[in-house]
Amino acid sequence: MSDLFSKFDPLIQQRDELLATGLTDPFNLVMEKVESPTVAICNGKRTILLGTYNYMGMTFDPDVIAAGKQALDDFGSGTTGSRVLNGTYGGHKAVEEALKDFYAMDHAMVFSTGYQANLGVISTIAGKDDYIVLDIDSHASIYDGCALGNAQIIPFRHNDIEALEKRLKRIPEGADKLVVLEGVYSMLGDVAPLKEMVAVSKANGAMVLIDEAHSMGFIGENGRGVAEAQGVIDDVDFIIGTFSKSVGTVGGFCVSNHPKFEILRLVCRPYVFTASLPPSVVATAATSIRKLMDSADKRAHLWENSKRLHAGLRQLGFELGSKEPQSAIIAVIMPDLEKGAAMWEALLNEGLYVNLARPPATPAGMTLLRCSLCALHTEEQVGEVLGMFAAAGRATGCIS
Amino acid sequence: MPDRAQTLAKVIELIEPFNKKGVAVSESTRFAQDLEWDSLTVLDFVANVEDEFDVLISMNMQAEIETVGQLVDALQKLTS
Repeated sequence: MSDLFSKFDPLIQQRDELLATGLTDPFNLVMEKVESPTVAICNGKRTILLGTYNYMGMTFDPDVIAAGKQALDDFGSGTTGSRVLNGTYGGHKAVEEALKDFYAMDHAMVFSTGYQANLGVISTIAGKDDYIVLDIDSHASIYDGCALGNAQIIPFRHNDIEALEKRLKRIPEGADKLVVLEGVYSMLGDVAPLKEMVAVSKANGAMVLIDEAHSMGFIGENGRGVAEAQGVIDDVDFIIGTFSKSVGTVGGFCVSNHPKFEILRLVCRPYVFTASLPPSVVATAATSIRKLMDSADKRAHLWENSKRLHAGLRQLGFELGSKEPQSAIIAVIMPDLEKGAAMWEALLNEGLYVNLARPPATPAGMTLLRCSLCALHTEEQVGEVLGMFAAAGRATGCIS
Repeated sequence: MPDRAQTLAKVIELIEPFNKKGVAVSESTRFAQDLEWDSLTVLDFVANVEDEFDVLISMNMQAEIETVGQLVDALQKLTS
């Protein structure tokens, strides 16, 4: 019978065929116990976590946990309200203060998730007659923000400075323009040429919004992201970020120096029409953000881990998403979904968790085994990981 | 307004490098169903069309364009 679900039939069929081969469902894994930022128990087995975005390993930080517990005791389990009604507690203001200090910016606005931060800010500032020029590989939350605001969407080829410039120059005179870029693109772990792109955007009168979800806490001298590392953070109008990666909890934010920024709190629907974050979450986030300001040693160790894994995987013969390690994400390119799922399962059996990523989340229809490193992975763990990749790769025929 | 037949001929010429299946292209040819283009092919093709005609074809406009004929119509409007 045909109904509204008929459009999902091809996906249902593809999934059934994959699981019929006896493979473990890669999208249904349960973490039975989490021992630390780098180790969990899955299917009763000790598993090294290499696909969590927990870049700075803050999830089990004793100060962070203590702050969360204290907030639970002092403020209860939830706010049951919107930020603009009864849902702004002292903790929400405190985490916004922490963000302003972290980024050295005038304004910070906290959303309930990173997805909502992109959705809210983009859809609110760019409306029907405005133009958004964005990298084709932008995250789903960016595209959804563009669609919600009903702006004119102009994509350009991934990281192509000239393609961006050409499109900016063709936008009709007088129209308002927003360029949306990411610091680190999460699928392949590559970094944007922000120095050139921000300059081109500003020269053509566009505002610039950069999603630094995968760089916060790690890239840049103060962990402010790729825009800081490339020396253009002062020319960026809006930085979007998340608490669900380096910060180690959940939530999203936008920081900005725009003098009228605070009006967004009244006009941004994904900010107004949802409940605010629980007090324990904002307390853990604020504590974590302040600790991240002073984490140069951890940043250095994370770079070491990233370089070591990248070099090791290349040496084993795997094809990787970037020639050089540019972030804490190392993407291993698989020939197809079947091989990718088999390799994913073989790694899990070895005791290693990575992300299996496939279209439409991936660019160019690629299947990826995406690894994200943590500052708390030890040198020994990275060595163990490489051993597991070697064994699983040979067992599945991905490498010889 | 530029000559419609010329625009059509140019569009067909720009389609050819991406016409991997060797489909006979006419005004009624559909990009998704007949040429079976994925999103990256669409991006490359649209970029070439934009450069050739010096126009912008937003994703909002692309969503309304299913056939070669509809693309030609849109280009006639954009360049007039």
